[in-house]
Amino acid sequence: MHEMALCESIRSIIEDQARHQDFVRVSRVALEVGPLAGVEVEALKFGFDVAMRGSPAEGAALEIVETPATAWCMPCGVNVPIAERYAPCPHCGSHQLQVTGGEELRIKELEVN
Amino acid sequence: MCTVCGCADGETRMEGHSGGHHHAHDHSHHHAHGCGHHHHHHGSPGDLDYGAGPAGVDVAGMSQARLIAVEQDILSKNNAYAGRNRAHFADHGILALNLVSSPGSGKTTLLVRTVEMLRARYEVAVIEGDQQTSADAERIRATGAPALQINTGKGCHLDGHMVGHAVDHLQPADGSVLFIENVGNLVCPAAFDLGEAHKVAILSVTEGEDKPLKYPDMFAASSLMILNKTDLLPHLDFDVDLAVANALKVNPRIRALKVSARTGEGMEAWLSWIAAARAMHLACHANIDAQTATTRTAAE
Repeated sequence: MHEMALCESIRSIIEDQARHQDFVRVSRVALEVGPLAGVEVEALKFGFDVAMRGSPAEGAALEIVETPATAWCMPCGVNVPIAERYAPCPHCGSHQLQVTGGEELRIKELEVN
Repeated sequence: MCTVCGCADGETRMEGHSGGHHHAHDHSHHHAHGCGHHHHHHGSPGDLDYGAGPAGVDVAGMSQARLIAVEQDILSKNNAYAGRNRAHFADHGILALNLVSSPGSGKTTLLVRTVEMLRARYEVAVIEGDQQTSADAERIRATGAPALQINTGKGCHLDGHMVGHAVDHLQPADGSVLFIENVGNLVCPAAFDLGEAHKVAILSVTEGEDKPLKYPDMFAASSLMILNKTDLLPHLDFDVDLAVANALKVNPRIRALKVSARTGEGMEAWLSWIAAARAMHLACHANIDAQTATTRTAAE
């Protein structure tokens, strides 16, 4: 349940951006969220509307851009797609995997006017 | 509520900290200015630079609207606070360990025992995180070690900003070992860097062997897993090898130790792990200092 804290963080970044980039309204917020970021997207969406009230992003649409989860398989020496952290390598079945993608949790872009 | 920066009228409380608000704001503002955003600040509305952003792309139906590429980690503010804590710990030779677990894993008992044994070797300080009460900090202080309680109110984790304040108040000695006992929660604390050298996950053998699979983010973020309450193993069906195998599935580099804070089994191994981590921490920093000194001499 730290999604609310993340939404407060998003709001704070948007307020900083509004000051520095001279805009007053945000109509769309695009977030990049990886499946290994430890975030429940539904909870994030729920918290977003509440947390943005009274900010430039009040009523803004929230777009979630999902990134793929990938890991470097040490025995195979290649990057492989994975479904979750404890997934084995789809080629060799090893768990000697180093996560290389899927932990993203970023504000990608804002549509403002 | 703002559990991320602790600046708003949230419920975060810190011991010995009556008017938390004023202090919090000093910090917040200081930090905001150090953030580097001013590099992107442009005075007039007609003079904006979108850099390499996608603002130039053709987006149908967009009249007055424009796109701003932000590309900023949502946790970047927390990470900036954590980075500041980490620099402070490095400058003062402080080994900071972030202890994470579910509620009831025996974290505080383990910590009390650890502090009692470790105090003969190093200075030790403790930051305690709980939603309510200062009971845990009082237990630590009973050992004679300095401890400070952070109450997160509704918050489910400690963050870099809270720990920064706690360090300001607690002032751990140079060369000390600082334990940060996080809120009992195997989910949220995984995402929040506090500036620690290592996360240590504590799993008691009265829990399931599958916990590393159920809460993979925490075990992936930890350097060490302590299997606690091993004195109870004869009465349980808990499979130690399976628990370790599951932890290795989510984190091939995690180390595991069997410990009973009650009987003292495994405590020496745990203290040795701390001593090794501390030596590594000090050596790495000394190395960086030496390199910096060499560079400086060469430049002169």
